[in-house]
Amino acid sequence: MLYALCFLLFMVGLYGVLVKRNLIKIIISLIIMESAVNVFIVMIGYRKNGIAPILNKTMEHQEFIRRTVDPLPQALVLTAIVIGLGVTAMTIAIAMRLYERYGTYDIQEIKRLKG
Amino acid sequence: MQMIPLFVAIPLGAAFFIPMVARKRPRVADTLANLTTLALLLMAISVIGKNGVYWMGGWGPLKHIPLGIDLVLDGVSVFMLITITLISFLVTIYSIQYMDKFTAKARFYALFLLMVAGMNGVALTGDLFNLYVFLEIASIASYALVAFGCEHEELEASFKYLVLGSVGSTLILFGVAMTYAVTGSLNMAQVSAMIGGDLKPIHLFIVALFISGFGLKAALVPFHAWLPDAHPSAPAPISAMLSGVLIKTIGVYAMARVMFNVVGMTPLISYVLMVLGTISMIVGVLLAMGQDDIKRFLAYSSISQVGYVVLAMGIGTRFAIAAGLFHLINHAVFKSLLFLNSGAIEYATGTRDLNKMGGLREKMPVTGTTSFIGSMAIAGIPPFSGFWSKLFIILAAIQAQRYGFATWAAAVSVLTLAAFMRLQRRAFFGEPREASQTAKEVPGTMQASMIGLAVLCIVMGFLWLPQARDTFLMPAARVLQEGLNYASNILGM
Repeated sequence: MLYALCFLLFMVGLYGVLVKRNLIKIIISLIIMESAVNVFIVMIGYRKNGIAPILNKTMEHQEFIRRTVDPLPQALVLTAIVIGLGVTAMTIAIAMRLYERYGTYDIQEIKRLKG
Repeated sequence: MQMIPLFVAIPLGAAFFIPMVARKRPRVADTLANLTTLALLLMAISVIGKNGVYWMGGWGPLKHIPLGIDLVLDGVSVFMLITITLISFLVTIYSIQYMDKFTAKARFYALFLLMVAGMNGVALTGDLFNLYVFLEIASIASYALVAFGCEHEELEASFKYLVLGSVGSTLILFGVAMTYAVTGSLNMAQVSAMIGGDLKPIHLFIVALFISGFGLKAALVPFHAWLPDAHPSAPAPISAMLSGVLIKTIGVYAMARVMFNVVGMTPLISYVLMVLGTISMIVGVLLAMGQDDIKRFLAYSSISQVGYVVLAMGIGTRFAIAAGLFHLINHAVFKSLLFLNSGAIEYATGTRDLNKMGGLREKMPVTGTTSFIGSMAIAGIPPFSGFWSKLFIILAAIQAQRYGFATWAAAVSVLTLAAFMRLQRRAFFGEPREASQTAKEVPGTMQASMIGLAVLCIVMGFLWLPQARDTFLMPAARVLQEGLNYASNILGM
């Protein structure tokens, strides 16, 4: 169920990227897509009533392995978020420069390139 | 093999170092960047024929189960490293004088080397998530490089490229996450041992995500819309890198690696690749025919030539893969040459419009001759390199009894010849028109780089001689064709 919602969120983002005309809305749609994937990655590692993946000395190894959440997706999602941040910053910088040059955020008016 | 991580570390380090020491001194930046790419080229040549696995931080596999991230040097990786470092070395030589008209040269080299680091990483990595990270490093650097001039067209092209590129990356990341959800591993070798060529519907969904993601990066035809804007808008050395190397490394190579070595080739995937390749081949060349902007023309022709490589990968016999890789490195050489020629023309005449040129052959003899060699090579005229690789792709298609695809490949080759004859006639022969009156030959380093590439166009044909083929092309083709043996080679099972 949650996975389906996550996929739906992804599709919402993809729809926005393909259909919207405003640069800022396209950027927001990209962020939505990225977040959908990030949420998906976090959900992979989820376990009901799980504990943090830190092993204390008092805990049995078998008990720990049975109850802990998977730490790897959390490490992955941090990396993915940082990369996403870099891409978003880059996109916004280019969008600002575009606004300086063209005086508009409408992609229908930014069309010097064709063919 | 302690040397493997240096392929990523050296350009990454230089990318940080150059803007720090050489911001105000462009000649220092030139020297450092050229030394870096030369060192990388020499390192890549020194590892020809070698194999090895490097486990990051010494976390090797425990009872055949990988614990850490691995970098893998095998036939295909060596092949890609040679392609990347060769072209980037010649392109940095060209940049010395071409990039003088831009400010912030140190930053240009920083982004350039960042892109090289990303591509080397993609070629070497043995881990799916790591593949995504390196791919993003190369992509982000290339978005910035496309926008490097900061004028109207550049920004517009870069934004388009950035949006479609990010969609592609997100699809790939989604695919990587799905792979982890299904198999519980990200190591390519382990995933490959688990899936083992037995594709269930969920695996096919992953394959679809990867094909569309890497297809977007490789600009295969339904996903090609960004390329004809992005590649012409970048400065000429960057166009050469993007068309010559980037789309092949993060698109074609990454796709081939995942399809052959990780999920395993099935008749369905192979058919999809052949169809995508053929459509790209045909649509690319037809769209190229009508272009008046010289760089835009070359960009469409790149789509068409990458189609050949993907078609050869789809056929999937060892002969076909070897021919496809052969075409990949040939295309890297002659397409970079042609883009550098177009940069030289723009440098001398200030225009990229074919209608304003003409008669440049007398004004710019070096550019004219090298461009003629490049055009003949891409059009597939013997004895130049492009003839051999196209011939072998068509022969491989016939050998695999794919007669329809072979016919299309031959037909597109004729159309390519027609398109490039038109380019030659309008730019270099005939009466000089307004823009070419005052044209002068370009400065020395730019000439040197173009001559180097033109010589390679002729020499590369000899790569198919048995000696060279068995040390360079065949090991690469074998790694891909043996597919799932990859797992046992890496993990020692």
